Amino acid sequence: MKNIRNFCIIAHIDHGKSTLADRLLDFTGSVTDREKQDQLLDNMDLERERGITIKSHAIQMEYTYKGEQYILNLIDTPGHVDFSYEVSRSIAACEGALLIVDAAQSIQAQTISNLYLALENDLEIIPVLNKIDLPSANPEEVTDDIVDLLGCDPEDVIPASAKTGLGIEEILEAIIERVPAPKGEPDAPLQALIFDSVYNPFRGVETYFRVLNGEIKKGQKIKFMATDKSYFADEIGTLKLKQQPKNIIKTGDVGYLITGIKDAREVKVGDTVTSTENPCVKPIEGFENVKPMVFAGIYPVDTEDYEELRGAMEKLQLNDASLVFAPESSAALGFGFRCGFLGMLHLEIIQERLEREFDMTVITTVPNVSYHAYTKKNPDEIIIVNNPSDLPDPSKLERVEEPFIKATIITKADFIGPVMSLCIEKRGVITNQTYLTPERVELSFDMPLAEIVFDFYDRLKTVSKGYASFDYSPIGMRPSKLVKVDILINANSVDALSALVHMDNAHTIGKKMCEKLRELIPRQQFDIPIQAAIGAKIISRETIKALRKDVTAKCYGGDISRKRKLLEKQKKGKKRMRQVGNVEIPQQAFMAVLKLND
Amino acid sequence: MAGIYLHIPFCKQACHYCDFHFSTSLKKKDDLVIALVKEMQLRKNELQDEPVETIYFGGGTPSLLSVQELKSLIAAVYENFKVIADPEITLEANPDDLTEASLVGEQSKTIFEAYKGIGINRLSIGIQSFFEEDLKLMNRAHNAKEAKKCIEAATAIFDNITIDLIYGIPGMSNEGWMQNIETALSFNIPHISSYALTVEPKTALEKFIEKGIVKPVDDEIAQQHFQLLVDTLKEHDFIHYELSNFGKEGYFSKNNSAYWLGKKYLGIGPSAHSYDGLHRSWNVANNSKYIKSLQENILPSEVETLSTVDRFNETIMTGLRTIWGVSLNKVKESFGEKYLEYLIQQSQKYIEEGLLEIDNSNPSLPVLKTTAKGKFLADGIASDLFLLNLQ
Repeated sequence: MKNIRNFCIIAHIDHGKSTLADRLLDFTGSVTDREKQDQLLDNMDLERERGITIKSHAIQMEYTYKGEQYILNLIDTPGHVDFSYEVSRSIAACEGALLIVDAAQSIQAQTISNLYLALENDLEIIPVLNKIDLPSANPEEVTDDIVDLLGCDPEDVIPASAKTGLGIEEILEAIIERVPAPKGEPDAPLQALIFDSVYNPFRGVETYFRVLNGEIKKGQKIKFMATDKSYFADEIGTLKLKQQPKNIIKTGDVGYLITGIKDAREVKVGDTVTSTENPCVKPIEGFENVKPMVFAGIYPVDTEDYEELRGAMEKLQLNDASLVFAPESSAALGFGFRCGFLGMLHLEIIQERLEREFDMTVITTVPNVSYHAYTKKNPDEIIIVNNPSDLPDPSKLERVEEPFIKATIITKADFIGPVMSLCIEKRGVITNQTYLTPERVELSFDMPLAEIVFDFYDRLKTVSKGYASFDYSPIGMRPSKLVKVDILINANSVDALSALVHMDNAHTIGKKMCEKLRELIPRQQFDIPIQAAIGAKIISRETIKALRKDVTAKCYGGDISRKRKLLEKQKKGKKRMRQVGNVEIPQQAFMAVLKLND
Repeated sequence: MAGIYLHIPFCKQACHYCDFHFSTSLKKKDDLVIALVKEMQLRKNELQDEPVETIYFGGGTPSLLSVQELKSLIAAVYENFKVIADPEITLEANPDDLTEASLVGEQSKTIFEAYKGIGINRLSIGIQSFFEEDLKLMNRAHNAKEAKKCIEAATAIFDNITIDLIYGIPGMSNEGWMQNIETALSFNIPHISSYALTVEPKTALEKFIEKGIVKPVDDEIAQQHFQLLVDTLKEHDFIHYELSNFGKEGYFSKNNSAYWLGKKYLGIGPSAHSYDGLHRSWNVANNSKYIKSLQENILPSEVETLSTVDRFNETIMTGLRTIWGVSLNKVKESFGEKYLEYLIQQSQKYIEEGLLEIDNSNPSLPVLKTTAKGKFLADGIASDLFLLNLQ
């Protein structure tokens, strides 16, 4: 146990986490040349393309230092606020953390919030100043920032470049010298923390765990405490680049477990694995059931593909337990699913995975958060509103509550003005303002979650010219003035375009939606009015003017085939559109409302 | 009954809007004429003794051929096919080829007399506009003066004359367009073909618009021009028998009507298309390849078999462009009850909107047509009435 080191990496997106991980693997000889590729741990194509880590990963390295062999378990964590719970569980599985800070960009909000998580868990922090080879690097100043933040010695900060390999040896040395060896009772009953799981279509769910106390043996009967289900440990092992089956995983070590579970929902991140025969007294603290934050409808483009979509969603759920869905139907879109996501990135990922892994192109409706509504008749009974159509009629409505968050934004002092304006526009109330350094400010706001769902990230990036980072955590439900904005196209209400918005924003959003739809719905043979309405009251209107000319002048011998094929292609295009009344609405129109400010 | 189309793929210069097949090099002209004759010989049985009603020289610019060459081609049609007693023989001609009185053979004649002498009885003159700036913008080979002069000279010999006019040209006002129509009418010709300027892919015009040298074509203006054209020609007893074609009683283009009515036609020459009621074939759109292939006695063509759905779609597409519309009886006969039901059901919303109508003026022959309002939207409507092949 004294030669085991468990550590994670805390870094902001693009600060070089995955590249540094590649270097460590390389340097410790954990990968052969043949296995080498960039962002080795990000094994989803989507992760590599977007340069973000979506799932947690773990890998074991062996390294000889001063004649002794050490086992280093790196637990790579997701890099997005949508996945902050997973991050917290990964952190809980470690004794140390590499804090990677880009020498040009300095500390960002996401880094700080994860750093606090790490400090709460008593992790030893090793600050690494990365990308010092960049011409724009500012090592002295950023080192000062780090020293200010951690209260550490400037000498503790390791200058490095994951790109060139500079500082890698020093980092490994620091991990061994500074990160404490795991503590734990080898003779106590088994107590292991689940920090992630991966679905393998052939072997079922692979559970990743860290043993806190006791040990786990192959074939042993085990129990997951939160779900209260028992299994046999059919296979256990350590996580090298490939899995290495073992007979025993001892206290302090990290490993994988295969029990034949077929459904990812049975394996909950944060759950405790113990022995059925000799269970530990208490589960590991900090377990939570993952709760979706954002809801949207997902519909097949071709209504006939509903069953196929169901199959794809079920398969995705085996793989991603944080995805929840239930059937719903829409007059405009037919049968589909109301889905819950951890956040907007998660929504995008699901949409892309459906497309890539299942070849399912889908229509996503306007996303919303989960509201609580109370009626005059039953003022104490909570009605959970995950869908605009769930909102009771305004005349029967007593009150509505919406989820609020505490938003933390770190930005350069120059951008305080525009960042504040943005947050206030988004109904934020400032609660704190701290100068981290004379140049860098941390701002805290209480804000409705709904306001960050739409375009907050993009706007924040724009107003701060990229120099703002953002993190949030939920702080409960608060009263809200919520209205349902309906969209009428040619006087027909299109349910899939309805949105739940705050009353103060209803006019602006209604207007933007009408304008966007006017751009996206092709002109047809007649004028098409597009209206936004709250109940019976029209709040905005646009008109798509009728098409004036839709015919090519010439049509002789040779033109006939060509023209027929052209018109057939048009017909196919129209077939993919949704008919509402006598208006054809292209799929993009349903999605476009997600990006109203483009 | 069938038609023969001969494609003469040469032009003096390239019009900026044209995407038809042509070459501006006349080097291969002799070889091409030989190849056209060869193609007719190789395909002499294709019409299976069906009599030829119309012969049409299109292009390109057929008036670049000498009278002698045209004569030999007409002779080849007669040699290889059965031709009715009084066929319509049309020649497309450009004004710049028609202004000078040419010497033909030993006798001094005008070119028009010479054309008449070899059996041509219908002239289609590519005027496009009577305004200098329009002709320049489109890179036509003639000028405004030649345009007028040649029609005047032609009317002395020919009575069956049609001219082409283009509207919706960037910069053309409604008044300018009206002047063009009135100038055309002043010659008392019995037929006018008139097209909206269309920006075809990979043409010079497309490039110019992309680069901002020429203003984009405005559909709104084109629609206004179209309306002026339709209304004015109607006042002058022209019948609007196809979207872009207006003729006085008895002067409709027989050759072109064959396309719109789904009749058989044989296309001779590079890029020419043929239709036998079930298959459509087309020759290679390359003069050298065409000539070489025929020198080796090989037809340089590809063929596609039209499915029932393809033919149904074509019937709709062409029918909605014409005064004859889509005969519902014919749909039922040719395609069956289900196709008819589908068509009627699918047409309903357009009938309600006043874009289509069912003409019952002959109760035993109901016909689906575009209304005056629907004509300029005929493609979009047709596409909506299409069936899709199951793939």
